[in-house]
Amino acid sequence: MFRSLLLVATVAALLAVQSVSAATTPHRIISLSPTATESLFAIGAGKQVVAVDDQSDYPKRAPRTTLSGFTPNVEAIAAYRPDLVVVQYDSGDVVEALHKLNIRVLVQPSAKNLTAAYGQIRQLGNITAHKRAAAALVTRMKKAIARAVASTPHRRLAVYHELSPDYYSATSKTFIGRIYKLFGLRNIADAADSTGSGYPQLSAEYILGANPSLIVLADTRCCGQSVASVSGRPGWSNVAAVRTRSVVAIDDSVASRWGPRVVQFVQAVARVLRKR
Amino acid sequence: MRLAAAAVFLAAALLTGVLVGPVDLGALTVVHATFAHVLGLHSPLSGADDAILWQLRLPRVILGALVGGTLAAAGAAYQGVFRNPLADPYLLGAAAGAGLGATLVAAYAPGSGLSGDLLPLSAFAGAGVAVVAAYVLGRSAGAAAGPAALILAGVTVASFFTALQIFVQQQHVDTVQQVYSWLLGRLSTAGWREVAIIAPYAVASWLILLGHRRLLDVLAVGDDEAAALGVNVARVRLLVVVAATIATAAAVAVAGLIAFVGIIVPHTIRLLIGGSYRLLLPLSIVVGAGFLVFADVIARTVMSPAELPIGVVTAFFGAPFFAVILRTSRRAA
Repeated sequence: MFRSLLLVATVAALLAVQSVSAATTPHRIISLSPTATESLFAIGAGKQVVAVDDQSDYPKRAPRTTLSGFTPNVEAIAAYRPDLVVVQYDSGDVVEALHKLNIRVLVQPSAKNLTAAYGQIRQLGNITAHKRAAAALVTRMKKAIARAVASTPHRRLAVYHELSPDYYSATSKTFIGRIYKLFGLRNIADAADSTGSGYPQLSAEYILGANPSLIVLADTRCCGQSVASVSGRPGWSNVAAVRTRSVVAIDDSVASRWGPRVVQFVQAVARVLRKR
Repeated sequence: MRLAAAAVFLAAALLTGVLVGPVDLGALTVVHATFAHVLGLHSPLSGADDAILWQLRLPRVILGALVGGTLAAAGAAYQGVFRNPLADPYLLGAAAGAGLGATLVAAYAPGSGLSGDLLPLSAFAGAGVAVVAAYVLGRSAGAAAGPAALILAGVTVASFFTALQIFVQQQHVDTVQQVYSWLLGRLSTAGWREVAIIAPYAVASWLILLGHRRLLDVLAVGDDEAAALGVNVARVRLLVVVAATIATAAAVAVAGLIAFVGIIVPHTIRLLIGGSYRLLLPLSIVVGAGFLVFADVIARTVMSPAELPIGVVTAFFGAPFFAVILRTSRRAA
């Protein structure tokens, strides 16, 4: 544990040194990453944020704009005169373009596990001068997650995590999959991931055959899926999760980000597992 | 004789499709269960396995056959009516129109989503609008311009609709994955509902196309020659295009875009038995149905229990095959 923390801290420090050359505290931050937006506001750096991208829909008070993290427009970003831009990935060489304009850039890619997610929150705290608030947030998250996990009976139940109604799922290697591991659940997507992408498309036959005891829907907002729609799918009424009402509908954005609201996700899963 | 061989091919495909899948139900058990189901006896399958066979596997196999037969017949008809060997069912903008229709629903009516009725309906409407627009545009160029004007109009309309689709997607980035996974062929979520949607269109279009197969042979000699033989060229072309397009739109609406079926199936048959539409059209329907069912067996078993998009399978086999066709036709010429 200590060693992996040390590793993350080193990587984070290297990234910070590389991406953020000057050490002054930024006051005009642009976040093109919905996760970073949530974290910035959660650690009290919200007042320093001047613009967030079109996908940053939480918290509501974040200054949402039409800026895009997928197809970033450097001129439009520069027009806000930012002193720090947080991005999720270097789309269209935006990092180099912003460097040319002497704008600091911080790249915070999709976290692979909770440790990395905590590292990103701490990194944001260090850069925005909210170090203590960030550390406190991480401690709160850790405690809440540990409490939720401890509240459930540990049984190796089979879980199916649904990303889209055509049965794309996430394996135990993904961020969300590692959370199911905390509960000791068995992820039915693991058997299907021969290419190691982490996000295989399962066949409907296989899902019914695997008979998962827990179904988590992360396609409620994008694709209108609900407990009722899953129960109504042809052939699905026999699935254990449907019979025992262990289908959880979760806001896609909560289930797809690795920010402070991951706690809500863990608690939602824990609630259903306790009821079983 | 040739039809009998094709029928055996289709029967083999259907049988394989029902017997093989990610979940091993056992061949004998499936046969037993089928008899039990038909005769109203107690099924030897458990509840879950019974659902897998009757709610998932069987509708998927039947849908694959309907879509495959429709795309192959539509492709054969388009190639005849436009006298263009490269014509496929999406030539007049059906694919682009369906893509735009699906994108509009995904972007402006989120929540109705991938599984609702709105998306196939909107894709169907989009395909229809695109083809009508292409037809009107092509006809306005005058009859003298012939089938080439229609093809150019189709290309124009398709580019325009694709541009609109990309624009809408840029404004709603979160829909990109959804739309593409929908468009890339989605037999994976097929059920009896989809079978019911496409079946009437497919059967009606097959009957209309089969009724015109002799006229398609006449059309092959050229517009003027066909007219001299007393054929109303414009009317035949319109009827065949409408029948092929409506069925294609229905196929796209329930199964997404499935590449190459409309090209490789008719061309294979031409290579093997010659180009007369009297045999080509019925064979295209039967062989196309069998081909897509086999392709779908590969799609759902090769990476089992993961799925491979059906469009990837048909194009993977279709592209090299098409290269061979091009080579042999060059030698013949």
